[in-house]
Amino acid sequence: MSEITITVTRYDPEKDSQPYEQSYSVPYREEMVVLDAINHIKDHIDGTLSFRWSCRMGVCGSCGMTVNGVPKLTCAVFLKDYYPNEIKVAPLANFPIIRDLVIDMSDFMDKLQEVKPWMIRDEEKPVSEGEHLQSPDQLAQFRQFSMCINCMLCYAACPVYGNDSSFIGPAAIALAHRYDMDSRDQGQDQRRPIIGSHEGIWECTFVGECSEVCPKHVDPAAAIQRSKVQLTKDYMLSMIWPWGKS
Amino acid sequence: MSTINCDLLIVGGGAAGLRAATAAVEVEPGLDIAVVSKVYPMRSHTVSAEGGAAAVLREDDNLDLHCFDTIRGSDYLADQDAVELFVNTCANELIQLEHWGCPWSRDPDGRISVRAFGGMSVKRTLFAADKTGFHMLHSLFQYSLRHASIRRFDEWFVSSLLIEDGKCVGVTSLDLHTGEMHSILAKSVLLCSGGCGRVFPFTTNGNIKTGDGMAMAYRAGAPLKDMEFVQYHPTGLPGTGILITEASRGEGGYLRNNEGDRFLQNYIPGKMELGPRDILSRAIIKEMEAGRAYGEGHGGHVHLDLTHLGEKLIDEKLPFVRELVVKYVGIDPVVEPIPVRPVVHYMMGGVSTDLNGKTPIPGLFASGEVACVTINGSNRLGSNSLTECLVFGGFSGAAAAQHALEEGAGTSSAAETLAADEINRIQKNFLTKEGGTESISGLRTEMNLTMEEGCGVYRTKEGLEKTTQTLAELRERFQNVAIEDRSSVFNTELMSALELDFMLDVARCLAVSALAREESRGAQSRIDFPERDDENFLHHHLVYASEEGPRLEKQPVTITRWPPQERKY
Repeated sequence: MSEITITVTRYDPEKDSQPYEQSYSVPYREEMVVLDAINHIKDHIDGTLSFRWSCRMGVCGSCGMTVNGVPKLTCAVFLKDYYPNEIKVAPLANFPIIRDLVIDMSDFMDKLQEVKPWMIRDEEKPVSEGEHLQSPDQLAQFRQFSMCINCMLCYAACPVYGNDSSFIGPAAIALAHRYDMDSRDQGQDQRRPIIGSHEGIWECTFVGECSEVCPKHVDPAAAIQRSKVQLTKDYMLSMIWPWGKS
Repeated sequence: MSTINCDLLIVGGGAAGLRAATAAVEVEPGLDIAVVSKVYPMRSHTVSAEGGAAAVLREDDNLDLHCFDTIRGSDYLADQDAVELFVNTCANELIQLEHWGCPWSRDPDGRISVRAFGGMSVKRTLFAADKTGFHMLHSLFQYSLRHASIRRFDEWFVSSLLIEDGKCVGVTSLDLHTGEMHSILAKSVLLCSGGCGRVFPFTTNGNIKTGDGMAMAYRAGAPLKDMEFVQYHPTGLPGTGILITEASRGEGGYLRNNEGDRFLQNYIPGKMELGPRDILSRAIIKEMEAGRAYGEGHGGHVHLDLTHLGEKLIDEKLPFVRELVVKYVGIDPVVEPIPVRPVVHYMMGGVSTDLNGKTPIPGLFASGEVACVTINGSNRLGSNSLTECLVFGGFSGAAAAQHALEEGAGTSSAAETLAADEINRIQKNFLTKEGGTESISGLRTEMNLTMEEGCGVYRTKEGLEKTTQTLAELRERFQNVAIEDRSSVFNTELMSALELDFMLDVARCLAVSALAREESRGAQSRIDFPERDDENFLHHHLVYASEEGPRLEKQPVTITRWPPQERKY
């Protein structure tokens, strides 16, 4: 039976002054993903290892961790891409650790809420009048930005967020952009001061790591850059034409 | 231990739970609503639903036809008053969700598209590419964020219902972040905690689907209804059990055996790949037994062939399917067939409720997969469930809110004692216990195996008796379960143990109900009773907890305008 070494970060705030590493030897099979290995540790070797997971098919966003230094969904990365070398699994970077591989995501949840990620309309249409019409092209304008599974790999990869956690961050800005680009939404004016604020899009220096690590190809970097262009245009227009809305 | 007070407490933050919360806000904006979930709401298992949500929207469709399809699909066990109410409400719910931002896929003229789905006479399944559950959940969740009266308790594990004088007055809940137990008192408690696919070893369900709400309601004295009916989705990936949506057949995919034949022509020629799930799953099992399938064990499979659909259609209508198959099977479905096999997917049964989600226990409500109203009877049609979560999430949220308004601000004197009992139970049986010899994963694996053996697609008296016996033994052995993790902060081992505790109860109710039903109907196939028997079994089973174990009662099926007939396709 082939084996592979998995080294995980351990941390129990009641016992440990700081995180440390612990290595385990796990049976290796070609079809296993890193999450399978971690579950094997918990089920058969060390029941005290804590981590989040659920769907194991890359859609719930629970199982993001740092694998050999890179933020990944552990349900979507195969042991065979590392075997026979050791694999190091650590919690996502740039977030406080609650326990072992579990990070504190409350800041992320606050940021999501902050950008008003909901449909804003001047007037609500009654349900009895049916759906808002939207062409496939109009849907295509924002669809990719609606694909975010809230896995936070982008925050773990972002050096700006790592330096200054007041930055609103890639996923939240991409979500704001999703609504701004939705033909049914009329809330751009309300989101503008938020994403255009000191902690918003202008913090981004276009490193682009967020889009590199995004497992769903949301391309938050593109959302941020497009927002920069849009807000700049709006600002210019408001200078030339201060009376009207752009 | 602290006590938290609210008006309406919702357990679970998936499609049903979030819809219920928004419905409660509509009834009374001032209501103090708590949504308590053991995961952040975006992780709820709604997120993995793919194919679509059904409603009568188009001119070539009508309400009676959707009713008939659903009732026939249920093999005439659905309660027809519930079906009529459901069908009448579907379109409004899905349009409302569109208003709330849901990115439904569109026709060129801008209207919401519809696709074909199993057991449906016309195209009536709305979809958001092939990630419908994902988009519905995120739209609902983001919409819920605008209401300050919806308080969320994320990663709080509800461990028991508090019952005082026969009324439900709240829950006990473990804050996973700190390990502290709290009692949350409420005038109404609404269970939206989903199904229990994880009692089986091979399932599309995520780790969190452990039947928590079903078990808690059962322990509190509420009946579980139709527990014997387990839906096997025909097309899961072998090995992992990852779901390959029915939409792949709705968009024209074929099922082939190892001789390359579309074998369904021998089982359901009238519908072929768009037949109902129970019939298709049985057909695939039969092909495997006849040696006309590939592989073996959990790897045994037939082929789902999408190669004739073309890359353009697949990328537009089934992009997630392509992504999943490329990633987890290592082939491209544009050019190669997908290996698929039946996999446990959905529980038709659950906590018995009326049309408004009320259970027989005052103050206790339920909706979504945890509940059984029932519109699904012995077999559910694909794409009815996502809409069901909205429809009955809406009704139950409104009803629970109404109940909270009418209920006086009573004091609960016993609640503190009950909560203290629960803390003691967890301390004594898990956290401070010494000398446990049974491993959580070991017991869980044994439970999984016996469920698969006795409660699989095809069942026998002997198999079911053996399974009920084994489950009773596992229940005994569970008293000796070993917990290594004694810490307070994010103790997921304790959570796994509590979940296994719930699963053992739910599994037993399932097996006992299946044993009592001596007929084949919908998703239940008894080799020893291969025919449907309306004379003796046109009723629901209700399971109640008792000192001697699960106790069964019968409940008649509500029949309005569709007298039971032969189920023909």
